[in-house]
Amino acid sequence: MAKLILNRLSKAFEAGGRPAVNDVSLEVRDGGFLALLGPSGCGKTTVLRMIAGFEQPTDGSILLGDRVLADASDMVAPEHRNMAMVFQSYALWPHMSVADNVGYPLKVRGISGQKREQKIREALNAVRLEAYADRRPADLSGGQRQRVALARCLVTEPDVVLLDEPLANLDRHLRQEMEETFREFHARSGATMIYVTHDQAEAMALATDVAVMSEGRLLQVASPQEIYARPEGRLVGGLVGQGAILKWPAALLENRLLDWDMLQQSLSHTDGQDCADILVRPQDVEIAGEGMAATVTSVLFEGERYALKLALGDEQNLRAFSRQPVQVGDRVSIVIRSAWRL
Amino acid sequence: MTGFSSLFDGGARALLTDPAVWQAVYDTLTTSFLGMIAAVILGGGFALLLTLFNVRGKTALGFLFMLPTMIPPQVTALSWIGMTGPSSALLKAIGLAPPLGSPQPLYSIGGIALLYGVQNAPLVFLSLRAGLLALPRDGVEAARLSGASSWQVLKDIILPLSLPGFVAGAAIAFVSCVGNFGIPAILGIPASIYTLPTLIYSKFAAFGPNTFADVSLLSGLIAILSVIGLTVEDRVLRGRDYRVIGLSGQVAMFRLGNWRLLGELVLWLAIFITLVMPLTALIASSLAPAYGVPLTPATATLDAYREVLFKQTITRTAFFNSVTLSLTTAIGLLVVTVLTGYYLVRSKSRVAPVVSALAEIPYALPGIVLAVALILVFAAPIPIIGISIYGTIWIILVAYFSSFFAVSLKPVVSAFRQLDPSLEEAARLSGAGFGRRLIDIVVPLVAPAAGASVILVFLIACNELTVSAILWSAGTQTLGVAIYNLDDSGSFNLAAALSVLVVIMVIAMMLVLELMAKRLPKGVVPWRS
Repeated sequence: MAKLILNRLSKAFEAGGRPAVNDVSLEVRDGGFLALLGPSGCGKTTVLRMIAGFEQPTDGSILLGDRVLADASDMVAPEHRNMAMVFQSYALWPHMSVADNVGYPLKVRGISGQKREQKIREALNAVRLEAYADRRPADLSGGQRQRVALARCLVTEPDVVLLDEPLANLDRHLRQEMEETFREFHARSGATMIYVTHDQAEAMALATDVAVMSEGRLLQVASPQEIYARPEGRLVGGLVGQGAILKWPAALLENRLLDWDMLQQSLSHTDGQDCADILVRPQDVEIAGEGMAATVTSVLFEGERYALKLALGDEQNLRAFSRQPVQVGDRVSIVIRSAWRL
Repeated sequence: MTGFSSLFDGGARALLTDPAVWQAVYDTLTTSFLGMIAAVILGGGFALLLTLFNVRGKTALGFLFMLPTMIPPQVTALSWIGMTGPSSALLKAIGLAPPLGSPQPLYSIGGIALLYGVQNAPLVFLSLRAGLLALPRDGVEAARLSGASSWQVLKDIILPLSLPGFVAGAAIAFVSCVGNFGIPAILGIPASIYTLPTLIYSKFAAFGPNTFADVSLLSGLIAILSVIGLTVEDRVLRGRDYRVIGLSGQVAMFRLGNWRLLGELVLWLAIFITLVMPLTALIASSLAPAYGVPLTPATATLDAYREVLFKQTITRTAFFNSVTLSLTTAIGLLVVTVLTGYYLVRSKSRVAPVVSALAEIPYALPGIVLAVALILVFAAPIPIIGISIYGTIWIILVAYFSSFFAVSLKPVVSAFRQLDPSLEEAARLSGAGFGRRLIDIVVPLVAPAAGASVILVFLIACNELTVSAILWSAGTQTLGVAIYNLDDSGSFNLAAALSVLVVIMVIAMMLVLELMAKRLPKGVVPWRS
């Protein structure tokens, strides 16, 4: 196995039209688990389909190790890439039993008899579906179908496993269970995995690396911790965590991680200072005796705490948590303990 | 090519100044127009009652109502003749026959139009029903909440919204009447009423130096009339794009209350008159010992069946020809349409919609026009190989392939459209190449629709008369031709017996499709919604 490299990858569906994927460069280390995160229509699924070989790039190239999988002029067919994919619709073949679905990649590779039986059993074991081998996909629940699709990926030891929003059609309870299964699957198979999602919590929980995309461009690639703590730009900042983005006269400050003293200081020398975007997460906003004045505009009781929306004097909004009940319209005083300049 | 050259020799003027031609145009138009009106009243009424109201036995009623369109037109004509007129075996058996020598009322413009109506009413029924089923229930409910009564909802919401279905159905019925051969051949020719298709047939029968020129001109006239019909439809529908907004799928249903029994009676009565009675008459005629002899339990005989099944070589040849031709067409076309359908649905090429439109042309064109065109193309030996297929069974096969391509393609394409592309993509990633995917994944998944396509093509090809009436020669007659010739030569009871056998075959195959219907994509079985 080897590193998967996307080199200045672009894809335009109509000649001269707006590219769906624009100049994306990315390296996925061998055995890594990369989440492609972005709002719908950002081009993440197109990137995935180019890696699988269902779409040909209009520019740039895709390499697995030193082997060129695709560029604008040539492309290795999907059936020769040794990849596997879990589709959003699961793509189970309704006319085959569960065991036949899982065993199909082996059948195509000419593996038969005892050896195939053995491998199918192992794969079904791994997703705890041994008892369902003879059922038809139509007789299974959504979560079970998902696991069959996963077992089909497991059976051939693929170089790369692609997952296209695999949890989108499942309810919340099943999602958590399947996240656990995916992690297990990754640890066990050691395959390079690429996971497309629009759900930042899912991306953070599963991946070793997160790549954020918007409007066809790659904005930032980093570990989940890094993306959360040090997001680059408004788009990434807005997508990760529940933070609010404020305009603050902080453009000339040296540090990007700002505490309350720095924030206050910058407010006092407004002359000549340009405004910058700062990201303020609700857990860093404290309702305290002496601070900035704010008005409560909405209160939502979440059980363990109240989630507040606050309006500052200059009409900017931010979010905060409170243990004490507050009323809409209350005037409070707040301290921002920590903020991140985007 | 042969046709064109003789056309320019001045044959055209002679033909166009022939009053018989203009009489045929006039008769074609009046019979088709009246037939269209009859079809709209019958089919439209059935569609409204059956779709919108809570009558019982909808499946059975719909199935029975669709039967006439699947029964070959010449058989419909024969069975109606058996039901009316002085020599009707059925009327004689119950003592109601008019005195001998009184005219057969169906040998008239009105008779032809009436049978056009019965034959084509299902086309209006289907078209209107599809429109009605797409009506959003919430639209109707909103009208109700606005205070509209049932009648007002029907008048203000449902009928205006279903107008496109009405018009489309009427246009298809009109075009189908213009191209119909079986009914005017049996009802019109004895009374010297010629429509354009029967005029073409008689020109071929009296083959002369001008035949090719004449028939190409006449079939051109048919094509023009069909195009006019479809253009009128287009004009009426322009600016009426009622793309339905809102939840469709569940049909608004009106309760008939005390009127329900009456409604059901009317529906069953219509079925009785248009289907049960003619078929009973047909069976009675086939059991009568000879033309005009009264049918009683003592005189009833199966001789006619024995004759057509075992004695007459012509009918046996016809059976063999029709079954072989239809099977070859159905299965041969399937191979072509599976590949074409796959290409049409999967290809992103701009050529795909063009191919799809081209495939529809022979379907919309009356069969007789296609048959004449094929004669003109194949009358001379094929260049290079120097073999002529004119007069052989091969020209009929070629005609069937091009006529029924669209019939075969439609179910397959709708199955492909329902197929989630990721099913095939998953197989690609599993390592399966094109052929392998086709065999393991694609074909098994479209198999039910492919089966339906084979049965449909077989059914329609087996019953076809128009194309083979023009293209047959000694030894290559089809079932349709055999029935027509038997009737033409006066063996009415043999024609009736053969017709009964054909009807039994039609019903059997329709039942098979009906049983398969649950496993098929929507729209494959034409009489199911």
